[in-house]
Amino acid sequence: MHNKTLSELAQGLREKAFSSAELTQYYLDRIQQHDGNLNSFITVTPERALAQAKAADALLAAGKGEALTGIPLAQKDIFCTDGVRTSCGSKMLDNFIAPYNATVIEKFNRAGSVMLGKTNMDEFAMGSSNETSFYGTVKNPWDLQAVPGGSSGGSAACVAARIAPASTGTDTGGSIRQPAALCGITGLKPTYGRISRYGMIAFASSLDQAGPMTRNAEDAAIMLNTMAGFDARDSTCLDKPVPDYTADLDNRLQGLKIGLPKEYFAEGLDGAMASAIDAAIKEYQKLGATIKEISLPNTHLAVPTYYVIAPAECSSNLSRMDGVRFGYRCENPVDLEDLYKRSRGEGFGEEVKRRIMVGAYALSAGYYDAYYLKAQQIRQLISDDFKKAFAEVDVIMGPTTPEPAFNFGEKGNDPVSMYLSDIYTIAVNLAGLPGMSVPAGMVNGRPAGLQIIGNYFDEARLLNVAHQYQQVTDWHQQGPEKYL
Amino acid sequence: MSLEKADVEKIAHLARLQITEPEIPEYARNLSSILSLVEQMSSVDTTGITPMAHPLEVAQRLRADVVTEGNQREKFQAIAPATENGLFLVPKVIE
Repeated sequence: MHNKTLSELAQGLREKAFSSAELTQYYLDRIQQHDGNLNSFITVTPERALAQAKAADALLAAGKGEALTGIPLAQKDIFCTDGVRTSCGSKMLDNFIAPYNATVIEKFNRAGSVMLGKTNMDEFAMGSSNETSFYGTVKNPWDLQAVPGGSSGGSAACVAARIAPASTGTDTGGSIRQPAALCGITGLKPTYGRISRYGMIAFASSLDQAGPMTRNAEDAAIMLNTMAGFDARDSTCLDKPVPDYTADLDNRLQGLKIGLPKEYFAEGLDGAMASAIDAAIKEYQKLGATIKEISLPNTHLAVPTYYVIAPAECSSNLSRMDGVRFGYRCENPVDLEDLYKRSRGEGFGEEVKRRIMVGAYALSAGYYDAYYLKAQQIRQLISDDFKKAFAEVDVIMGPTTPEPAFNFGEKGNDPVSMYLSDIYTIAVNLAGLPGMSVPAGMVNGRPAGLQIIGNYFDEARLLNVAHQYQQVTDWHQQGPEKYL
Repeated sequence: MSLEKADVEKIAHLARLQITEPEIPEYARNLSSILSLVEQMSSVDTTGITPMAHPLEVAQRLRADVVTEGNQREKFQAIAPATENGLFLVPKVIE
């Protein structure tokens, strides 16, 4: 049962091989059995899930419902869910019962899907290893010594361990693609503005984008069909028609032009990782694609630029956590300043405080031009690099990460070394482009991810390109032995 | 780029974050290391480049200035740390 894809589960429900209530109970039992070790969920919501399953069964019995009706899913704990704790991985929001639904949650509810619970994540989505969560680290199901990646580490681990059929994540600098790569699953970060950010707790508003985390590209297409679309409640959401993302999956890749940025294969890339990516590219050549070396000359500036823009925006966004209207409040504040400072000082973890401080510094009087403005100018250069590249090629490919999953504590002392693990993913967010990670081999027993970057609103092509690869390889079907 | 103790204290104050005395050296070291990473930006000549405001170069959408949300004060205040008669309570601000 737990190796079935979303379309297989939907078929099973329609053929009455099992009910949504049975399916949901099956996954709740698997969570119970395995998540004690993995810690991929912050909150499991069995009663709510079974009630939703019952409602879905009624719909299905009446011959109604759509692709995700009755299917259990895990939601990243960054999406507000009415009546359910939405912690964002932080002590600050440990007591926060969201009073409304994020648009993404609303859309899944309307589709009749079932929410199993809320997944663990780096605090306020700031981290690449899940080590910053207030609720403890998530373990990588492939190797419990290894990090699952972050920030959507819980969402990646629960899908890899098959304790949830699929999940949602958010990606500000790689937070869907990097954990997908490290846990050996498929993850898609759509074009900025493709999915509503309403009710998705903001980290860096000009970079944040939600997306699906699944076992294969077809499942990601099914999830994106539900998630994408205009929402008047998000002023940056784009009003563009949503195609059926499953429609192009079977297109042939004959003549597809793939660009390989030389900067993504340079110094710093693990040798075995490079070999895995080379092998994936050869599969694409066999499928009829042509390869062209390209250059994204400002690649080395992506991480520095990001660490101005993201902290600046986070320092602004997180100012709403002030101990007044919701969330954590310190004991016995003596005055308003003490209330603010201690509530925030005690409620936020180290990494979040570091980034707020970097942002506050970059935005402080006299520094704006040198930091934020400069970063936005370089962001334009990085974006122009991609524009030039997409004039010549259809998609860009490279590794998702420079190395496979690292061990807990390995990058603990120096935040900058952790930041560099997102070196290949960050530029995509700065440019607002869609990007995917698909399983493409194993390096020392740990998964390797192939990153596929597309032009704006080219998600259907990305999914097609990923799906075709998954027709001729079986990396996406492999899983950690213990959970198969 | 190297931040001193006083810099860290000033930034923490601007961000309204309480940090304790023993934590300051660690913050100074880490923040300095992040700012050194960021320094790489200064090697680029960005004269005349328009800062990027939105990845898709779209303008901010406007909406009609009408009420679209109903009043849900009780629901929203149910999760507040302290309220009274529909107001959020904070320590006394004016003597």
